Amino acid sequence: MTKKHVDAIVVGAGWAGSILAKELTEAGLSVVMLERGSERATAVEGAYPESIDELRGAIRKRLFQNLSQTTVTVRNTIDQTALPYRQLAAFLPGEGVGGAGLHWSGVHFRVSPEDLRLRSSVVERYGDKFIPEGMNLQDYGVTYSELEPFFDKAEKVFGTSGEAYKVNGKIVGNGNIFDGDRSDNFPLPAMKDTFTASTFRAAATEAGYHPYSLPAANASRQYTNPYGCQMGPCNFCGYCSGYDCYLYSKASPNVNVLPALRQDPGFTLISDAHVLRVDLDDTRSKATGVTYLETKTQKEVSLSADLVILSAFQFHNVHLMLLSGIGKPYDPVSNTGTIGRNFVYQTITSSRIWLPPSKYTNQFIGAGGVGVAIDDFNSMNFDHGPLGFVGGSPVWVNQAGLKPIAAAIGTGGGGTPRWGSAYKGALIDTYKHSIGVDAHGSNMAYRDVYLDLDPTWKDAYGQPLLRMTFTWKDNDIRMNQYVVSKIEPIAKAMGATKANLVHLNAGQPFDTRHYQTTHLGGGAIMGTDPQTSALNRYLQSWDVSNVFVIGSNAFPQGMGYNPTGMVAALAYWAAYHIRTTYLKSPGPLVQA
Amino acid sequence: MKTFPILAFACSIFALSHQTASAHDDKATLREEGRYLAAASDCAACHSIKNKPEYSGGVSFALPIGTIYSTNITPDMDHGIGKYTEAEFGRALREGVRRDGSTLYPAMPYPSYARLTDHDVHALYTYFHESVPAASIPTPENGIRWPFSMRWPLMFWRWAFSPAPVKAQEKTLHEFADTQMARGAYLVEGPAHCGACHSPRGLTMQEKALTASDSPSFLVGGALIDGWIPTSLRQENRTGLGRWSEQDIVDFLKTGRNMQGESFGAMTSAIVHGTQHLSDSDLHAIAKYLRALQPFDRTQTNWVYDPSATNALRKADVSARGAKLYVDNCAACHRTDGKGYPAVFPPLAGNPVVMGKDPASLVHIVQVGATLPKTETAPSAFTMPDFMHRLNDQQVADVVTFIRHAWGNNAPAVSAEDVAKLRKDMPPRNMADGEISLN
Repeated sequence: MTKKHVDAIVVGAGWAGSILAKELTEAGLSVVMLERGSERATAVEGAYPESIDELRGAIRKRLFQNLSQTTVTVRNTIDQTALPYRQLAAFLPGEGVGGAGLHWSGVHFRVSPEDLRLRSSVVERYGDKFIPEGMNLQDYGVTYSELEPFFDKAEKVFGTSGEAYKVNGKIVGNGNIFDGDRSDNFPLPAMKDTFTASTFRAAATEAGYHPYSLPAANASRQYTNPYGCQMGPCNFCGYCSGYDCYLYSKASPNVNVLPALRQDPGFTLISDAHVLRVDLDDTRSKATGVTYLETKTQKEVSLSADLVILSAFQFHNVHLMLLSGIGKPYDPVSNTGTIGRNFVYQTITSSRIWLPPSKYTNQFIGAGGVGVAIDDFNSMNFDHGPLGFVGGSPVWVNQAGLKPIAAAIGTGGGGTPRWGSAYKGALIDTYKHSIGVDAHGSNMAYRDVYLDLDPTWKDAYGQPLLRMTFTWKDNDIRMNQYVVSKIEPIAKAMGATKANLVHLNAGQPFDTRHYQTTHLGGGAIMGTDPQTSALNRYLQSWDVSNVFVIGSNAFPQGMGYNPTGMVAALAYWAAYHIRTTYLKSPGPLVQA
Repeated sequence: MKTFPILAFACSIFALSHQTASAHDDKATLREEGRYLAAASDCAACHSIKNKPEYSGGVSFALPIGTIYSTNITPDMDHGIGKYTEAEFGRALREGVRRDGSTLYPAMPYPSYARLTDHDVHALYTYFHESVPAASIPTPENGIRWPFSMRWPLMFWRWAFSPAPVKAQEKTLHEFADTQMARGAYLVEGPAHCGACHSPRGLTMQEKALTASDSPSFLVGGALIDGWIPTSLRQENRTGLGRWSEQDIVDFLKTGRNMQGESFGAMTSAIVHGTQHLSDSDLHAIAKYLRALQPFDRTQTNWVYDPSATNALRKADVSARGAKLYVDNCAACHRTDGKGYPAVFPPLAGNPVVMGKDPASLVHIVQVGATLPKTETAPSAFTMPDFMHRLNDQQVADVVTFIRHAWGNNAPAVSAEDVAKLRKDMPPRNMADGEISLN
């Protein structure tokens, strides 16, 4: 069945898709946005107080991908056989309108300017030889100053709360001294410090570091964005990550973009539409539209369009490119091909510090994006020369609100009892008096870490699953160990009675059974060389010029920061160049 | 008026070459004026139904005497008003007389529309006949039982209560010398027909006052409509608009929300179909006019914020009736200080809806929730969930009593029996204009 022709199809109704759909309808295009999952309304699933049910939310994972239909397979190394990821654990992709943008926490970073040119920066400081064998270290092909207006735009749309350091070269506040220059301040003042955040701030200062408030897309007060969409103020209820915010105070496509977008007569959203492939013409250099399955009726529908935007979750974008035959699949043996190359993650470990019984840490309150961080050991902000690794980690207290089940699960372990009175005592002590501190680090790309189509396993629609080949590498393990060691002086300055500093160990493989982060990246990266990147610097496919692929799939390396702010800025950046250049003369924006 | 044809004739002599274009422009302007007036008159609220052609009628009105349906007012020849001449159209609009000579049910606010100028009737006629697509949809049979099904007695109602258009226009147009006030009077008393809901009615359903100069009961609040109590639009300090600024009124009509409160219930469709489309100058004229309406109830003491309930809650003292329920169910959005987060979650402290004598609106909002209308300039349709599934009648009565008493509100308590009674005619669950909000 073929439906009518539209100007543009947008695949995936998360942040990237909603931003592109908004920009393209503003440009006068007719846009159909296809979403695999269902509509999600704060008025229904997010209704207070049922929405803040931990069992239903974070534990039974109501906002996440339904793995019974499609999932990925995972293995650590090339010589292993991958098996399907059948239970959500290590990472939690979203599903439904809003995508991961509905269940995210709200930490809304820009990017460390040096991270955009990490290869150049490392080579300039330490020479080629510094880069370990097998590491595919690359630049993005776009600079911070080029992206700055789009970071600014995204913050204004998201209603981001934060404190700037420099605006137009002038120091304006107590923000992150390592930040790139800004053209404007945050639209909202920083969220207030929780007790744990202010404790960390004071201790980090005492230890000689440079603490700053995490930029949060949790609104510190009521806010109306440039689209006229409004947010409520955050009340620190703590139900952000894994939840749809009943206060409308966590930015989401549903709250910040779609209310305006849905009013545009040029825009259509089709939910319960699982895209099977991008259809290409005979030359395989032009997309003619997409074919999707109406999941409610199991009918296949082909929809034709001049422009196709892939803006699904990171690995779904890569999966769709592989299924559609866009570009050349990556081959880890010859290190050639681009689709699936530079699959990256983040290197994150969570430590815990206990304060004396007189200090109550009030962990029941919080917000996904609230907290205080230091960047002294992130990006290129410190001397890697004597350390011999690439990358780094911000370190932070990000008190997102400790819920009862998570608190009970999180206490014990590491040799301490998981039952009985000793467990209960530890639970109470930990809940009342401890502080969580994370090292939220980068993850480099390696030749033998990649994505491809699984030769064995298929999804419910008969298509091969995407296969992840991923494990921790020595460079990132040593980076993590180094940064975690820097928490110790902070703990001391806090007056800690006890600290459990957690880091990766040499040779430790990636384990899918425990949540680490949903910040997956790469697999269809942007760059300046079509031999080593799937997308040009405008996120346009080198191979099929009317396909743009928006998401963290474009990151050549996993950065220390949370990715959403970067994804949103890249979405506005790509949209700007589509609007100002591509639409006037469709074709490659960069000659290969 | 009489000079108009002469001027037009003069123009046609001196500007022959532009005649076609300018006639075309005039027609287009007229149609646009008509579209604007149709919005100002809120025709769609009664004559349009979701997912059906615009103005094709069929909206039902449950009255004590039976159910009546609004008519198809598209230019369809068989089912609409296609056969109406402009004079017949004007007569229906302003005098409540159908083309066949029978009388319209006064659900059609012709006593207010009587004030429409000839020019505005002309614009409306042009718009409805030239811009609205004809829809061949018959109007459902009215379900009114005999003897009320006979229309001829309505004639006597019409004779008794419907003003003659010329007199009505004279009256409204000359109430105020100030042109902005006069414009406000024209809109409120005429096309916008605010009094249809916001003025009290007599025994035979006639509005007790149709204009500001008729009586101080004009716009002092009306009877229950679809489960909602239309508040006073006069200057009562506690139950009227006494503490709303001109800008507050403008914002409310434009976006359904302001620093003082938010739209719910039947007002939402008036905003969505009507007032949001009005120009800023017309909205200011309406606001200025409303602010000139002296309070009907002159005994009201001024509302002053009383922090004692807030202080008690902050000390975890939940001994007051309904206080604990308030903290558990309401305070997350409306705060323990009752001030809410204006324009997102409305304040309860000092809110006229909260302090009204009849608690129906407040009880119904707690029972079924509420959704802000999405408007062109304020697309966020925030939703308050319904609390019926969590709270029994006693609990609703307790929490409503707390809200009505705290922060200086000092309105009378509500009993479980009151709540049980209101549960029998609940409006639909948290919808704005028939839609569940998707944001």
